[in-house]
Amino acid sequence: MVPLSYYLMLSGILFACGILGFLLKRNIITIFMSIELMLNGVNLSFVAFAAHWHALSGQVFVFFVMVVAAAEAAVGLAIIIAVYRTRETLNVDQVNLLKL
Amino acid sequence: MNPVATPFFFYLLSTLAILGGVMVIVRRNAVHSAIALIVTLLSVAGLYLMLYAPFVAGVQIIVYAGGIMVLFLFVIMLVNIDRSMKERAFNKQWWIAIAAAVALGALFVSVFVKSKGLFPERGLPLAEESNTQQIGLYLYGNYMFAFEIASLLLLVAIIGAVVMAKKRI
Repeated sequence: MVPLSYYLMLSGILFACGILGFLLKRNIITIFMSIELMLNGVNLSFVAFAAHWHALSGQVFVFFVMVVAAAEAAVGLAIIIAVYRTRETLNVDQVNLLKL
Repeated sequence: MNPVATPFFFYLLSTLAILGGVMVIVRRNAVHSAIALIVTLLSVAGLYLMLYAPFVAGVQIIVYAGGIMVLFLFVIMLVNIDRSMKERAFNKQWWIAIAAAVALGALFVSVFVKSKGLFPERGLPLAEESNTQQIGLYLYGNYMFAFEIASLLLLVAIIGAVVMAKKRI
């Protein structure tokens, strides 16, 4: 039986990987993947707590997080395509104005 | 019957997950990052199975690894990544990043040392056979309103994505 704190450590490490990618990378698609990584770390802690406290609400919450992640990914990737069409770049440093 | 959820599987899956997470950051090519993220998602799904949540594990594989990551790969193929591979991949924030990593590591170590008695071992695991049924009852009972709001959010996201990605409306 693996203790709960190990799962929480793993979820914290995944979240930290996501934060590092979000802060350090410049490619906007990789920044998006880092956000997905952070959401996964949080989901893991939700499920770990659900298994520990015998409360299924934690697993239901994971669904809502996944819904938000899917909506965010769809809209965000559409924005990426729109930005790429006008600017021909994926570097976030060159996308610093809302209008051309 | 011996339980499958042994510490060996936990260490294997968590090593895979962390390796995937690190590879997402360090690879320059966005396709490699996407593959590494898929590895992380699949190993997290395995961890869900170990935590007696088979339905969440299935949804993780179908929605994340099957849906969202395919969307990511499509967008990567639509844009020209050859150019962005030649540009600088990282911001110049190494000192802040190292300071933050050291602080976070210290926090982890202190939690790891102090949390031995914080979460006492609970007895029997969750019932795995009726997991899907129980989640369905929760979704259509307690969380009915949140469920409806989520469906509305998905509808708005569909319309927003189509409007945003279309050339001329």
